Amino acid sequence: MFAFVLRRLAVAIPTLLLLIVLSFVLMHLAPGGPFTQERALPPQVLANLNAKYGLDQPLWRQIWNYLWGIVVHFDFGPSFVYPDRTVNELIADGFPVTLTYGGLSFVLAVVCGVALGVVAAIRQNSLWDHLAVGISIGAQVLPNFVMAPLLVLVFTLWYRLLPGGGWSFSDPSFWVMPVIALGTSYMASIARITRSSMLEVLGSNHIRTARAKGMPEHRVILRHALKPAMLPVISYLGPVFVSMITGSVVIDIYFSTGGIGKAFVDSALNRDYAVMMGVTILVGALTILFNLVVDVLYAWIDPKIRY
Amino acid sequence: MTKFFATTAIAVALALPAHAVQPAEGEVLAESQSYTYWLLDAIKTLDPARNTDVEGSDVLRQLFEGLMNEDATGAMVPGVAERFEESDDKLTYTFHLRDAKWSNGQPVTAGDFVHAWQRVVNPATASEYAWFMELMNIVNATQIVKGEKPPEELGVKALDDRTLQVTLTTPTPYFIKTLSHATTYPVPQSVIAEHGDDWTQPGKLVGNGAFVLAAHNLGVDITLEKNPEYWDAANVLMQRVQGVTVNDNNVALTRYQAGELDRVQIPAGQYPRLSQESPDQAVSIPYACSYAYVYNVSDKGPEALKDVRVREALSLALQRDIIVENVLQGGQRPATTWTHWAIEGFDQPQTELATMSQADKTARAQELLAEAGYGPDNPLALTLQYNTDDNHKKLAIAAQQFWKPLGVNLTLNNVEWKVHTDRMQNQDFEIARYAWCADYNEASTFLDWFRTDGYNSGKWSNAEFDRLMAEAKTADDTAPLYSRAEEILAEEVPAAFVYHYAKVDMINPKIRGLPTDNVLNTWYAKDLYRLAD
Repeated sequence: MFAFVLRRLAVAIPTLLLLIVLSFVLMHLAPGGPFTQERALPPQVLANLNAKYGLDQPLWRQIWNYLWGIVVHFDFGPSFVYPDRTVNELIADGFPVTLTYGGLSFVLAVVCGVALGVVAAIRQNSLWDHLAVGISIGAQVLPNFVMAPLLVLVFTLWYRLLPGGGWSFSDPSFWVMPVIALGTSYMASIARITRSSMLEVLGSNHIRTARAKGMPEHRVILRHALKPAMLPVISYLGPVFVSMITGSVVIDIYFSTGGIGKAFVDSALNRDYAVMMGVTILVGALTILFNLVVDVLYAWIDPKIRY
Repeated sequence: MTKFFATTAIAVALALPAHAVQPAEGEVLAESQSYTYWLLDAIKTLDPARNTDVEGSDVLRQLFEGLMNEDATGAMVPGVAERFEESDDKLTYTFHLRDAKWSNGQPVTAGDFVHAWQRVVNPATASEYAWFMELMNIVNATQIVKGEKPPEELGVKALDDRTLQVTLTTPTPYFIKTLSHATTYPVPQSVIAEHGDDWTQPGKLVGNGAFVLAAHNLGVDITLEKNPEYWDAANVLMQRVQGVTVNDNNVALTRYQAGELDRVQIPAGQYPRLSQESPDQAVSIPYACSYAYVYNVSDKGPEALKDVRVREALSLALQRDIIVENVLQGGQRPATTWTHWAIEGFDQPQTELATMSQADKTARAQELLAEAGYGPDNPLALTLQYNTDDNHKKLAIAAQQFWKPLGVNLTLNNVEWKVHTDRMQNQDFEIARYAWCADYNEASTFLDWFRTDGYNSGKWSNAEFDRLMAEAKTADDTAPLYSRAEEILAEEVPAAFVYHYAKVDMINPKIRGLPTDNVLNTWYAKDLYRLAD
């Protein structure tokens, strides 16, 4: 297992490098640049800007300088669009926000999703099942860009219970709506995967054996059914976790959280090269890391799996 | 020649605020003097030399103060400069600064202005608005930006701590009007030297405006508090100003209705409903921007658009009344000129476009297009490019419908903003939607765009037009020159002007002092106050 983890980490470095180089080149191929704007800049002003940010250098050199900055100084460069800030600062500002509401959403989605799925499966075709399936389908079909303004309407305008947006680490009332709006559709997917996986496991031989031995039903479910039923859920959770904690542009836009999801999309639209690269690397590294975590979890849950 | 802003300006300034808005009799002030307004997006920078957008300027105007301010109608009033003198050749301006202080208690000196202006043109700063100093025609600005001369040679000098002298390359009638622009604000030399690029962070930023920076959460909110060191602090009622970012306009409106915001833009199409429901809150104020469809008449453009008859036909057939009344619905006005109708000292010429009925215009458009050899039997294929936005899309579809009966098959080409801009600047389009907003309240801010060496993405060129614009720089009465220039645009039709903007907002009626007659919508939080509920 240890050797496996080491091997995977060794592969991760060239993967990340490839990601950086490809993104860098693709980004520069897109028309326009960070300083393309409505009122075209006089050539000299543009030249001064390009010189300041090193954009006048050949592309290979820019990539090299960029990588050098990261490896040697852990410096992801300056933002071209937010000249008062560096990419490190922007990520340090935005990522904790996203991590907070994304992480809480994840917990909400997993706890509620698994609970709904399990209830639906063990009471298949009962009222509970229909209710659980109904909730999860409802949550799935209501996209978060509909859910978000709806939440603001109800909780901010009608009931005046929650602030309509913004962010504060010290006041959890700012967290409620982003967490709900982001979490529900993931919760729905988790519930449905759990339900079908659980149904399959409940029909398998070892469950029948357990029941035949007279084991109490709650032990059958919790001890013998739940663990194997979690396998497909876990493979789904790896990428979901990364996408939740690296932000959602929809949540950031509707709730003005200052999170990193919108920063990422904006950086692409603004051609804010350094910010875009910084977030790409962050998301890439997290994706690689959590795929590895999922693989390790797999081996822990299912002893048949050997690496 | 000496100009005073008002007779006995100095004496008045001692006794009364020179221009601050004061509560009327009987008005009861709220205990908490705060104002919260809507921001569409994050404030990109708080460095006056690096700011490029309107939202940034709105904050900078509270944190810093230039030589001049604007009053509620957009007229120039004294800022840091108490008065100025203009030389007879109109090339030298001498400003006498008042006894003003930075928020750290240091005096604001003429040297601070010199430093700030040199910093803008210094290639090392790489200011995106370095061109503004060129627009102001300050001596050597262009050469310094090009790196041909050192920043110290900029035509701005501190004669002493309280006297600033500016020399221009050419008489510039709008020069004084540029002095309320954020690019011209002084910056604190010592603070920048100490903190470098980080000097704009809360706790470090030092300004000379009526407010200081209390907090700034990028993309969330920005909070300003009253600056006790401000020279006119005694007359500033507002204590706290907050800009709140809400990236979605509809959510912003909901939050306004929930009482979280005091001012918000009304989302497209909702003005008629809101102005009926809340006539005391919904406002539509002329706003100095113009919207146009620019024709590419360069070598890279389509052959058909080189024919003025085609260009005029397309312009005549645009049913601007329908666009304004049925699509935009926010008090915008049909545009028959490039210059916004509300610009100071601008007379709209009575062109065919302005006077004919729409039925006549449509008939004339058909004739013109037929003369040019196009019609339903021989359709003209053109492409209209616009950047991603619901309103641009609606208008493009409308244009497609207006032009279809003429025999014009219009293909709509939606591209993202940077691609749109890049293609326009490389003449890689046929017809493109475009909008221009005034930098200062004078017609040349619009008309300069169409000069042969102006931004002029369609590469239209006219010698008489260029000559008029050059003449206007030194003329005493510019109105007839600008009218004639607009007439040339109407004859030559380098673009179809579509509409003139309005600022369509919901404003909390408890907030007083926001300007409703300033076409640049320049507002000063120092002039605001809040009434009790």
